[in-house]
Amino acid sequence: MKFDTPATTNPIDQLKVVGKPVDRVEGPLKTTGTARYAYERHDVAPDHAYGVIVGAGIAKGRIRSIDTARAKSAPGVLAVVTAENAGKLGKGQFNTAALLGGPEIQHYHQAVAIVVAATFEQARAAAQLVKVDYERTPGAFDLKTAKDKAAKPKDGDPDSAKGDFAGAFAASAVTLDATYTTPDQSHAMMEPHATIASWEGDKLTVWTANQMIAWSKGDMAKTLGIPKENVRLVSPYIGGGFGGKLFVRADAVMAALGARAAGRAVAVALQRPLIMNNTTHRPATIQRIRIGASKDGTIQAIGHESWSGDLPGGGPETAVQQTRLLYAGANRMTATRLAVLDLPEGNAMRAPGEAAGMLALEIAMDEMAEKLGMDPVEFRIRNDTQVDPEKPERPFSQRQLVQCLRTGASRFGWDKRVAKPGSTRDGRWLVGMGVAAAFRNNMNMKSAARMRLERNGRVTVETDMTDIGTGSYTIIAQTAAEMMGVPLDRVDVKLGDSSFPISAGSGGQWGGNSSTAGVYAAGMKLREAVARKLGVDPSKATFEGGNVVAGGKTVALSRVAADGELVGEDTMEYGDLEKRFQQSTFGAHFVEVRVDAATAEIRVERMLAVCAAGRIINPKAARSQVIGAMTMGVGAALMEELVVDKRLGFFVNHDLAGYEVPVHADIPHQEVVFLEETDPTTSPMKAKGVGELGICGVGAAVANAVYNATGVRVRDYPVTLDKIIGKLPPIG
Amino acid sequence: MKPFAYERASSPKDAAAKAAKTPGAKFIAGGTNLLDLMKIGVEEPVHLIDVNGLKLDTIEATDDGGVRIGALVRNTELAADTRIRRDYPLLSRALLAGASGQLRNKATTAGNLLQRTRCPYFYDTNQPCNKRLPGSGCAAIGGFSRQHAIVGVSKSCIATHPSDMAVAMRALDATVETVRPDGSTRRIAIADFHTLPGTTPNVETVLAHGELITAVTLPRPVGGVQLYHKVRDRASYAFALVSVALILQPDGGGRVALGGVAHKPWRKSDADAALPKGAKAASDALLAGAETTHDNAFKVTLVERALAATLAEAKETSA
Ligand SMILES: Cc1cc2nc3c(=O)[nH]c(=O)nc-3n(C[C@H](O)[C@H](O)[C@H](O)COP(=O)(O)OP(=O)(O)OC[C@H]3O[C@@H](n4cnc5c(N)ncnc54)[C@H](O)[C@@H]3O)c2cc1C
Ligand code: SF4
Repeated sequence: MKFDTPATTNPIDQLKVVGKPVDRVEGPLKTTGTARYAYERHDVAPDHAYGVIVGAGIAKGRIRSIDTARAKSAPGVLAVVTAENAGKLGKGQFNTAALLGGPEIQHYHQAVAIVVAATFEQARAAAQLVKVDYERTPGAFDLKTAKDKAAKPKDGDPDSAKGDFAGAFAASAVTLDATYTTPDQSHAMMEPHATIASWEGDKLTVWTANQMIAWSKGDMAKTLGIPKENVRLVSPYIGGGFGGKLFVRADAVMAALGARAAGRAVAVALQRPLIMNNTTHRPATIQRIRIGASKDGTIQAIGHESWSGDLPGGGPETAVQQTRLLYAGANRMTATRLAVLDLPEGNAMRAPGEAAGMLALEIAMDEMAEKLGMDPVEFRIRNDTQVDPEKPERPFSQRQLVQCLRTGASRFGWDKRVAKPGSTRDGRWLVGMGVAAAFRNNMNMKSAARMRLERNGRVTVETDMTDIGTGSYTIIAQTAAEMMGVPLDRVDVKLGDSSFPISAGSGGQWGGNSSTAGVYAAGMKLREAVARKLGVDPSKATFEGGNVVAGGKTVALSRVAADGELVGEDTMEYGDLEKRFQQSTFGAHFVEVRVDAATAEIRVERMLAVCAAGRIINPKAARSQVIGAMTMGVGAALMEELVVDKRLGFFVNHDLAGYEVPVHADIPHQEVVFLEETDPTTSPMKAKGVGELGICGVGAAVANAVYNATGVRVRDYPVTLDKIIGKLPPIG
Repeated sequence: MKPFAYERASSPKDAAAKAAKTPGAKFIAGGTNLLDLMKIGVEEPVHLIDVNGLKLDTIEATDDGGVRIGALVRNTELAADTRIRRDYPLLSRALLAGASGQLRNKATTAGNLLQRTRCPYFYDTNQPCNKRLPGSGCAAIGGFSRQHAIVGVSKSCIATHPSDMAVAMRALDATVETVRPDGSTRRIAIADFHTLPGTTPNVETVLAHGELITAVTLPRPVGGVQLYHKVRDRASYAFALVSVALILQPDGGGRVALGGVAHKPWRKSDADAALPKGAKAASDALLAGAETTHDNAFKVTLVERALAATLAEAKETSA
């Protein structure tokens, strides 16, 4: 099915199941521990062995020699695989560095060996016996110094310009020119990257934790140099990903190599201290923002430049994206520059681009509002635009930023904020409020599904879509139930298997709308099949209460399929609506913080997000996504930082004791409001992404609240007490 | 993790004797620190002696009006003990500021005193670290050192001792009781128990190989307002950037010990004496001769301000 004209009324609009805050359909499996994650698939791979990966001990250089003799003769060891005996390996389309290093080492903790043994303990003990002799070469590890040699990336859309930015900025009555930095961040999801790999002849099955089944099936094949048809990837449950599991990583490739060498299925879970340097991370940025406005607060010029680094062949953090779209202004420029760094490879982490970009832009907007003597909510509203500011002929499909800001301000009690920073005190606490816009683009991805009407009247959906904790199972079940007019408990959803039709997968907040649109397409096909079976016109048939009603007849679906299941399969594809309309999601974050007047410890007191993100397919699941994203935003604002050792070239705090993410005590009550919205340009679902919107801007709202509380402006994330304490007034 | 032998001791003396017999033997109590370090190859004992069954898990009154806390008393139990809460609230507060509920349920009094540093380079066996591998160098000096020590440091090591409990014990003038492999016992003042890094940061206490901690005693209660103020980036489940243990008497005198600033819980007699003069005077005395790095210089200001806030709170409480 091709979606190339805006949606009109369709079966989803009945909203009997879609739009309802139903519980997770797979919830009972997860709460009873019966949903099996990749590392727990003993049911399908009994008698598997265990693999433990050895990570490189240097950041850059070569392996002079690698001694595996002691490891090989250790108790229980079945195989040791290194680059020397792995055979020729390719590199996946989505990988920057090789997943098995040697002799060349490209980054710290790049895998250099896997030790396979009968038990996990044996494998781990033996892995510690692998001795590697390295020859180090100097590398570039500091973005600040590498920045001057940064280049314009070849791919994508690094720069944009409109009008005369320089002239208008120089002529503006009020200007801001400030530089912000965001650090490298780690996904830090609960479930480590994990895989069980098993060969049957030349056919490979991997039970793994992966967000993008089709991409990764392809990359597994490419890396191992085997035909794609010989790879099956299965990933029904995933314990969080945040972009860290978009790609094939060392766990999958090394498990496959280990299994081939050992002649036995092998299970590998990346050990926590390895994950942060071995896998991908959100790259650090340096961002310069210039805004010029007339005295009344109208933006005349807005410019945003961003620098980030990556290994050779890698990509930039696209932190300027939102600045092209979020605020009006006749004269504009953005620029993206990429430096070569020899740190582990950077890649997508929840809301790549906007998450980092909004951290900077939304402090800049706060700073500008203050310079203008305007309320930061009003300053944003003043510069709203209903069209793409770079291409004014393109309207936004829906844009309720102003409504989000106004609704939020009134619910939060924004009028109680004292504009003068450092002026609200409650006992030992300095109290402040901050606001930021939320913005994240919507993306639609081609997505297929198959639906079966079983002989017993149950409906089964099969698609390789993944559920990384987001609620895919539930919203797909809701969509299928709505399409076929059956209650939710008559739908079974099967996900995450490369033998199913190829879906959008989970990434870029495109999964919810795109995968359900694929189910819509398959549902239409199944409705046709049912109508055909009954010999009626599909467009005249209605599906409700477990029956199909057509031509005056009401027939139970179970009867229609009684003598053989019916199948509908289709792919939802997209035309150019995305080009004609700018499809984005919007929100407003309001945050109150308390800062200890003595120690500068920062604690978040209240949070509110008001979101406008198309039709909300399941308000409960969507709320969970937004509060999770807000929590992650608090982490980004206040504590998350992979600290680079600029001499040794690695992320030093590479475990969950050193890399702090918020704990329960850090997170207060979070309120989330969804504004009424349907967007007929996005898909028949009229929905948009929501999983990433919640993180965009929230960190800046926290930082702005800290400024309002203390009068100390921190432009280098995370906003930690050491950056504030020296500037607080004396106490006592 | 290296394969190791495991055995249970029958008495404290037996445990000490067994440990002394085997080079590379270690005691295991709650295991919350030791096992983590064994898994990543930082600790490699060849022989573990389990001391959990030694009945060292009671809290008893002593003849001089103090308490004796068995080496195996769990942190949770110690913090909840009514006598401790009434007479030594500082200790209870410090314990509850540490780790998490689950960890405190396992963690023991002796294990807590002997927990090892959280320096990230100590944890990464690829990196030079004089504490883990004497003579290999110190990666933290010139590296990431935000958590690290600012007083009592050496050119070999700038690690901190991460315990909260030990800071309170330092302020309370605790004494560590041990039994040695030959069966003899000794009492070590907490002030002398932990050592500074000097040129041998791998040595952290004055305990001899095989010497077993049997108890920690606290002298008779000293009263006053007792506060433990732990400063950290997140609200819970994080090690202290700096912590202040304060006992303030009605006459303005008192005691102060710091965590997060040194290789051991940090207390100075001239700082105690300076307390009536206020936070600045006391923290100047505590941090005299401080040697900071780019990353941890903020701790100097933080100590003074945290102490000032704690003093103010103590005065308010007693008023
Ligand atoms: C995630 C995490 C967070 C934490 N956060 C904090 C915190 O915020 N504050 C804090 O203070 N602590 C914190 N801790 C540390 C925790 O307090 C210690 O791990 C615990 O106290 C150690 O006690 P244990 O009984 O488990 O010791 P074990 O791990 O069993 O032993 C530790 C050491 O003591 C030795 N030992 C044990 N008993 C004896 C004995 N009787 N005589 C001689 N030697 C002995 C062992 O040989 C070993 O070397 C944290 C730990 C973790 C894992
Ligand atoms: S500070 Fe001490 S523990 Fe840390 S690396 Fe240096 S020697 Fe090792």
